[in-house]
Amino acid sequence: MSENEIPLWEVFIRPRNGLAHRHCGSLHAADAEMAIQAARDVYTRRGEGTSVWVIPSSEVVASDPADKGEMFDPADDKIYRHPSFYDIPDDVGHM
Amino acid sequence: MDALFTGLLRLADDHLILGHRISEWCGHAPMLEEDLALPNIALDVIGQARALYTYAGEVEGKGRDEDALAFRRLERDYVNALICEKENGDFARTLVRLLAFSTFMMHFWEAAKGSFDPTIKGIAGKAVKENAYHVRHASEWVIRLGDGTDESAGRTADAVTYLAPYMGELFEDDAVVQALAANGTLPLPSTLKEGWIADMAFVMGKARLEMPDLSFNHSGGRQGVHTEEMGHLLAELQYMQRTYPGMEW
Repeated sequence: MSENEIPLWEVFIRPRNGLAHRHCGSLHAADAEMAIQAARDVYTRRGEGTSVWVIPSSEVVASDPADKGEMFDPADDKIYRHPSFYDIPDDVGHM
Repeated sequence: MDALFTGLLRLADDHLILGHRISEWCGHAPMLEEDLALPNIALDVIGQARALYTYAGEVEGKGRDEDALAFRRLERDYVNALICEKENGDFARTLVRLLAFSTFMMHFWEAAKGSFDPTIKGIAGKAVKENAYHVRHASEWVIRLGDGTDESAGRTADAVTYLAPYMGELFEDDAVVQALAANGTLPLPSTLKEGWIADMAFVMGKARLEMPDLSFNHSGGRQGVHTEEMGHLLAELQYMQRTYPGMEW
């Protein structure tokens, strides 16, 4: 069954020059060229993009949800890592 | 009748009728990605038809706008090439037709960018980019279908055989196109054949398919003599304007 399925691809779009490519979703396509075309058709119809990346979803290495505690919880009580304890002079304006 | 009006109407009808056919896939394509891709292409093609109808209406000078030309004519008044009106058939046939037509239009618009008519030049400039994507999409699919499984290869080969007798009509010359070519308005269709064959041969080769046999072709679309599929298409296409004449939304 699974051998007949069309591979899944992750799509990244860069909205403008100077910005980074951002993950915007996934799609099915037979190969890389078709994935680029499908990404263009599915995700850039309203002028969202100036560049498209696709990568096979099978190549994504993901963290294990079971490791969530040891991976992310230790950051919860270290609020001093947020740069929110400085007085910003008025002249600086919005940061 | 004025050659420019007739020439524009042929082009516009080609695009409206083919655009309508492609739009029939909306909601029925084999996968979601293609369900967006085909209507995207249909919208490009119908957009080109709109620009052409609007200009044709101006050239005619009888107050007919794009809607009047698109929706309120009789079957015999449509002068599209027959290949545009043929039923979609399966996915392979739809893509082989798109490949044949968009490859033809690629050469056509490229030449029309040098038209002495500024409006046609403008339409061509926009259409070249849109059409380049249609060629690319159709080519990549035909290559993968032709060089795919036994089933996809068989269906695609059948599609080429089925559509081959409708391809030659695109390259037919007559007094109308000769007049338009003579004054530098539109390219002469027969002059585009060599480039079309070269491009098709490249894709067919990669797809491991035989080139379409062009030794015979059906004809008549340019004179308004259509296949039996045309009436059914128009019944659906014109339904709204026939039921509620002049309706806008």
